[in-house]
Amino acid sequence: MTVQAPTPARPRRTRGIEAARARQALWLLLPTLIAIALVAGYPLYRTFYFSLFDANLTSPEQRSFIGLGNFWFTTEDGIAVGFLQDPKWWGAVKNTLLFTVVSVFLETVFGMIIALVVNSAFKGRGLLRTAMLVPWAIPTVVSAQMWAYLYNDSFGLIGRGLLGGQAVLANTDTAIWALIAVDVWKTTSFMALLILAGLQSLPGDMYEAADVDGASKWTQFWKLTLPLLRPALLVALVFRSLDALRVFDVMSVMLGNVNAASTSMTGYARQALIDNQLLGMGSAVSVAVFLIIMVIVVIYVTAFRVKFD
Amino acid sequence: MNLKTANPALYYLQRAAFYLLVLVIAVYLLAPFVWAVLTSLRSPGDLFLTPREFIAAPTTLQNYVQVFSNPNFQRGLLYSLIVAVGSVLVSLLIGAFAAYALGRFRFKGKTIVLYVILAVSVFPQIAVLGGLYTLIGGLKLYNSPLGLILSYLIFTIPFTVWVLTSFVRDIPGELEEAALVDGASPLQTLFLVLFPVMMPALVTTGLLAFINAWNEYLFALTFTSTNRTVPVVIANYSGATQFDQPWGPIMAASIVVTIPLIILVLVFQRNIVSGLTAGAVKG
Repeated sequence: MTVQAPTPARPRRTRGIEAARARQALWLLLPTLIAIALVAGYPLYRTFYFSLFDANLTSPEQRSFIGLGNFWFTTEDGIAVGFLQDPKWWGAVKNTLLFTVVSVFLETVFGMIIALVVNSAFKGRGLLRTAMLVPWAIPTVVSAQMWAYLYNDSFGLIGRGLLGGQAVLANTDTAIWALIAVDVWKTTSFMALLILAGLQSLPGDMYEAADVDGASKWTQFWKLTLPLLRPALLVALVFRSLDALRVFDVMSVMLGNVNAASTSMTGYARQALIDNQLLGMGSAVSVAVFLIIMVIVVIYVTAFRVKFD
Repeated sequence: MNLKTANPALYYLQRAAFYLLVLVIAVYLLAPFVWAVLTSLRSPGDLFLTPREFIAAPTTLQNYVQVFSNPNFQRGLLYSLIVAVGSVLVSLLIGAFAAYALGRFRFKGKTIVLYVILAVSVFPQIAVLGGLYTLIGGLKLYNSPLGLILSYLIFTIPFTVWVLTSFVRDIPGELEEAALVDGASPLQTLFLVLFPVMMPALVTTGLLAFINAWNEYLFALTFTSTNRTVPVVIANYSGATQFDQPWGPIMAASIVVTIPLIILVLVFQRNIVSGLTAGAVKG
């Protein structure tokens, strides 16, 4: 075949239009992609890079490659300097996981109760729905200060009144529970809002059928509501867990940056990186936090088959 | 089977229990905030009183006067406003381009772009803290509102793109098809046809991004030294001496920062719930 058959005009033109559309799409996406590369991609790469160096935040140019020494290294005198050898790091990991599991669990339960109440018909429903938005609208730092005041052992409603002048925040073991209470108060609303939105999209006629069949409200909740709510609930769970795992504000404000370092992974990383100016060590800890969170995301997504689209 | 007629006693008991639950929830949600408002309206000497005396103590605005005359707080409000509005405007503009491309165009690699954006909104800010610190230092933006605007893009852009994309998908296609047939370029279509339709979505997304930027603490604490935003000012509000925590002014400052947010949230409640669910549930 020497003479090539002319391609039909129409498909070629649509292909041309599609190629043009794809080019246009790229131009439209370009600013976003550049911005993401600049503020997320490049710094993330730098974090991984510096995690392998002994470097100081004030003079990052003077660095020396030490491989995984920031993670695990024992000097000739037998002094352990890697952060994975630091019990304080593991304390921060343990506290963060405890904080995440307990607060997300309580938020889900309370959020579900509040959503079910707001979803039923009663006088003042609108008001309660509005009240629900208040803790969510309050900045985290503000809610942390509000609760620090409530917990204060000489002035606070809780610290002085309920706990009889006990300084809960002074001791890490009791502080973590006090912090969980703050986080639950602050974010239950968010959970309740998402669950409520899920509840309102459930088909009402199914409940009518269940009523006719004589299923109790309790059975209806377990057999109908919960399974149908599963997708919405799981996405909310993932987002809340990830927020809780990277928690910093509440700890930093209520305990101070020094104690925040033993209660949250982020606090520990920030102390190494900024307060101690150890760019290499801090980056190594950041890499660990990043990896831990990514592993949890993967577990969530595969175990529950969460779909985001 | 109507419980009201069949067993009125049980019915009213159930109703009473239900309203008690409503009351408990309302008190739980609002009490800490109400107590903070009350504290902000009491003079420092009254903080020692018992709760009952405290509630009855005279109301004063002296904490608010003190807070508003505090130069750090004034500057904090200004910088918070600049930083939050700046990062919202930038992300709305470039986020709308991206959302239009992702919501309307078909092209290779779209799923990958969507997943990258989702991944960015998922990963912890601490993972970029060191790298951003050196980048901001290198660009000479340390302690400048511009540095914060730049760094806030890391969470405002993925959020706006994600939420706006789901809004764009819901807009019927006929509108821009007509514009395309008339020979409008994609940018003309976006600005003249889609933006007016997207206005409610832009307002909602902008508002939610504004709230996030207004509340941000880690970057603001790390990338500024004197030009603090309001959350950092409130977190480090100090009294006359190092050991004196001025709770009255702290609560007053807290209320000042929170009231505008609560008003915005109440005015836009419907949009916010739809924005949150578009961003979180559907997204």
